Amino acid sequence: MKLKLKIWRQENATAKGSMHTYSLDGVSPDMSFLEMMDMLNEQLMEQGIDPVAFDHDCREGICGACSMFINGEAHGPDRLITTCQLHMRKFKDGDTIHIEPFRAKPFPVIKDLVVDRSSFDRIQHAGGFVSVNTSGNTQDANALPIEKEAADKAFDAASCIGCGACVASCKNASAMLFVSAKVSQYALLPQGQVEATDRVMNMVKQMDEEGFGNCTNTGACEVECPKGISLENIARMNREYLTANLKG
Amino acid sequence: MSSLLSSTIFRKVTMALSGLFLMVFLAQHFIINITSVFSATIFNQFSHFMGTNALVQFLLQPILIGGVIFHFVLGFVLELQNSSARGIKYTVFKGNANASWVSRNMIISGATVLAFLALHFYDFWVPEINYKYIEFLPEDPKRYHEELVHKFEDLGRVIIYVISFFFLSLHLLHGFASAFQSMGVNNKYTPALKSFGKVYAIGIPLGFAFIAIFHFLNH
Repeated sequence: MKLKLKIWRQENATAKGSMHTYSLDGVSPDMSFLEMMDMLNEQLMEQGIDPVAFDHDCREGICGACSMFINGEAHGPDRLITTCQLHMRKFKDGDTIHIEPFRAKPFPVIKDLVVDRSSFDRIQHAGGFVSVNTSGNTQDANALPIEKEAADKAFDAASCIGCGACVASCKNASAMLFVSAKVSQYALLPQGQVEATDRVMNMVKQMDEEGFGNCTNTGACEVECPKGISLENIARMNREYLTANLKG
Repeated sequence: MSSLLSSTIFRKVTMALSGLFLMVFLAQHFIINITSVFSATIFNQFSHFMGTNALVQFLLQPILIGGVIFHFVLGFVLELQNSSARGIKYTVFKGNANASWVSRNMIISGATVLAFLALHFYDFWVPEINYKYIEFLPEDPKRYHEELVHKFEDLGRVIIYVISFFFLSLHLLHGFASAFQSMGVNNKYTPALKSFGKVYAIGIPLGFAFIAIFHFLNH
């Protein structure tokens, strides 16, 4: 396959970026998208050009590091996958592929396609945890009976890998799907009840302070989420938040 | 409390509540207006009551106007915040791939409805205020139907009304279900709620368009 790649290049966080065009020949349909990017970078280095910086780590859809906006969609045209799980067979010989970083004010570009998603970390730090005494007297988690439906929904919410595709896909750059998944995974379990009020209030407050947009329920986040996190979680977080405020 | 009032979730909940309040009003407005199609007498009786009842005039009407202003002002505020949250725009953004046009363009359908409301106020509300509170003309319980029919003699006005009702329908198609989601309602009843919302969003504006066309054809 021969491809034309239009890629966002930005020297550093303060530099002005722009789209650059590169041609790449000999791309195998069996390559993953990141392998194609590796191939491009080898070609660029041979030409003495700075390789394209992009995030990646596990390359098996677990870590959520790869954050590319490909042809107008987070993680590309396929569903329920991350960029590293996208294969070049999804494209045709002669295609032009637009590759941009995830864009949101709370996700500033560090270099090229690498964005700073530490705003998600700060939201997690604000309440995305349960306080457990780990001094050796920790109760066996399985000793606490939990109904199957709640356990399943908590597990589904916990499968969020925090990649930021929800923010990137949302026309408002809203982080509600991510935050709601992190709130829900504890709200559904008895272990999360003790800190439930503080958790949702602090996490929503941090989310707002980071400057994410408002959710207008378009559902784009749910469609583009590589883990299929449901909009049900956003409704649950809204309930949790309103209830928490009523409790004071 | 201050963090609650400035929170994104609270703003969306108030947006949802004001939207649902306006939908209740819209249904009531439709019920009264549809009577104009089959009985001038019943329409006049309803209109006379609404136009002269103190509770309606001095409590419900200001609340309604407040609700309209609140919904539109907050809508524009949220839109501005949402636009600024993206920062640099994407070169390619395939919004159609994951969300409906209607859900992504509530500001366009909403702004169209707002422009229509300006015309609607000019057509009906301003003359009514002038009649009752500026010229202090004596109340005529039989004037309402004639005034309504007179407005729809103009084809241009009827076309503008029908186009506006189309955009109102688009706005409601997303707005109804979205309001419940914002208020935290997403459960086994949601599919039924969405179906009801679709029937309402298509039925009510279609009914209003029918009223305008009916009076144009029968004047």
